[in-house]
Amino acid sequence: MSEPIVDILGLRKVYNGKNSVTAVDGIDLHVPSGLIYGLLGPNGAGKTTTISIATTRAIPTAGSVRIAGIDVVAHPALARRSIGVVPQFNTLDRSCTVAENIYFHCRYFGLAKTEATARTAQLLDQFRLSDRAAAYPQALSGGLAQRLQIARAIAHRPRVLFLDEPSAGLDPQSRIAMWEAVQGLRGEGITVVLTTHYMEEADELCDRLAIIDHGKILIEDTPAALKASIGGDKIYDLRMCGVRDSGILERNLQTIEGVTRVEVIDGGLRVLARAKDGLLANVVTMANEFGLRDLTTTEPSLETVFIRLTGRDLRE
Amino acid sequence: MSTDVGKRSDVRWAIYSLAFFGLMQRDLRVLTREVVPFVIRVAMNPLLFLFVFTYVMPHMTGGSKGSPVANMAAAGGGGFGTILLPGLMAVAIMFSGIAAVALPLAQEFGVTREIDDRVMCPLPIGAVAIEKIFFSAIQSIIAAAVVFPLAYYIPSTPVLAHVSSWWFLITVLLLASLLAGALGLTIGTLVQPKQIGLIFGVVIVPITFLGCVYYPWAALKSIKWLQIGVLINPIVYISEGMRAALTPATGHMPESMILAMLLFFLALLTWIGLRGFARRVLS
Repeated sequence: MSEPIVDILGLRKVYNGKNSVTAVDGIDLHVPSGLIYGLLGPNGAGKTTTISIATTRAIPTAGSVRIAGIDVVAHPALARRSIGVVPQFNTLDRSCTVAENIYFHCRYFGLAKTEATARTAQLLDQFRLSDRAAAYPQALSGGLAQRLQIARAIAHRPRVLFLDEPSAGLDPQSRIAMWEAVQGLRGEGITVVLTTHYMEEADELCDRLAIIDHGKILIEDTPAALKASIGGDKIYDLRMCGVRDSGILERNLQTIEGVTRVEVIDGGLRVLARAKDGLLANVVTMANEFGLRDLTTTEPSLETVFIRLTGRDLRE
Repeated sequence: MSTDVGKRSDVRWAIYSLAFFGLMQRDLRVLTREVVPFVIRVAMNPLLFLFVFTYVMPHMTGGSKGSPVANMAAAGGGGFGTILLPGLMAVAIMFSGIAAVALPLAQEFGVTREIDDRVMCPLPIGAVAIEKIFFSAIQSIIAAAVVFPLAYYIPSTPVLAHVSSWWFLITVLLLASLLAGALGLTIGTLVQPKQIGLIFGVVIVPITFLGCVYYPWAALKSIKWLQIGVLINPIVYISEGMRAALTPATGHMPESMILAMLLFFLALLTWIGLRGFARRVLS
């Protein structure tokens, strides 16, 4: 594999104060070029701190970050040429119009006047903002403001775009529009690193994911592989009337072909299985004799993966 | 490759200077759009001050003895207007620094975090703050230029202005304007955003009234402790500098001392301001 575009080694960040907080506790991350890479974890897991360090806005306590081969701590100003950032909050320049937000960003990065004007027009068109070019950012809806932030962040053609909780506060429709915009960046060769605590977003958008909690990476893989690690593509939760002979049922269920695992859950049993015709009927028939009251079918999600790794819900 | 780009210092400086001029251009665009509010902000205070103290009051008293203003005017030789001309220009210079740097910074650090995008320029963070000082200095010079005709023409008694050295005037004007920007940067980064409203009462009013704006420093000789005490106020050197450059007849501090102290405060406040700025934008 080629050299990773984002290369994080042994990263630590301790905020000293009355109660010193270790926000990032030894993170190693290697993001290959061209991917949409997700950092998934609950609030306070250390995602934003990691991104802040990678984007030169925080100084690490230990470890190093290289973006496109440039050490961001040693050469922050130069590293910024390879970095685009969309922070968690709306940081649009409120004294400038929508078009000027992009235009001046281009100028900061050394584009000549005509080049900056052309790039601005092209981005306004690409992000469907042309009709709002003369408006001020205050007049934009949350979704439009977010699109403008992304357009501005990639105006100087960075190698990597960092998106910090890009869909926080967006309505479902704007979120989908934002996903489309981000997926469109793949074609431009921009690597995207995003943080999120939304499973669906991580699942839908990311080529690879690192699940992060308490400043550490717990696991790193493709969303499909992470879900497959659960050990089945179907999850059947059986609710039983009482807990009669559940030990026998558990053993019996395991004999059904295609069942990979049976676990005891509150009020019944959970069956993990591979998708297979007739399997559900067999499970129901067998469980019925032991007093099956209700059954729910789900597919393994990143939420399941997270709960399995940490024992807690991602939204807690 | 991109790794090599920064290794050559000429390339690096080209990148930095383009970013710096980009920031200046952005500020210029915003300023030209707000030119009317800018002029009102700059002109209103000196306009009313001059109108009341050098036009209305002399007419009210008819120049009679016992009027404090008439006494001051007499003390000044060429009328109170002559004292006020450099003083009000100093206030305009100082206040432009506050309005151009401290107030926007308080908003950007506190509510909007707009500064984030400019901090992400390919430019060392300190240079982003230096740009703010530079652009504020331009505004201070314009403000001083707006105040001059007001202070010259409004007073009912003629103002005695005389420029003996243009070099000295330009040097003082540049140093004073940069100093005002550095003061704005220091205030904007040290004061908590939600307390920025307090700086008018706690900082601006005291440094103005005790800044030799409405009286020459030499006239404080009868109140020795005050004459010594005000020396820690940078506005004193802006006022006295303008006084020495424009109305030397009213008496002023030695010119070398003015320049040395302007430089000293410029260096000190720039240093404090840059440290504060870095602390605010980096965690």
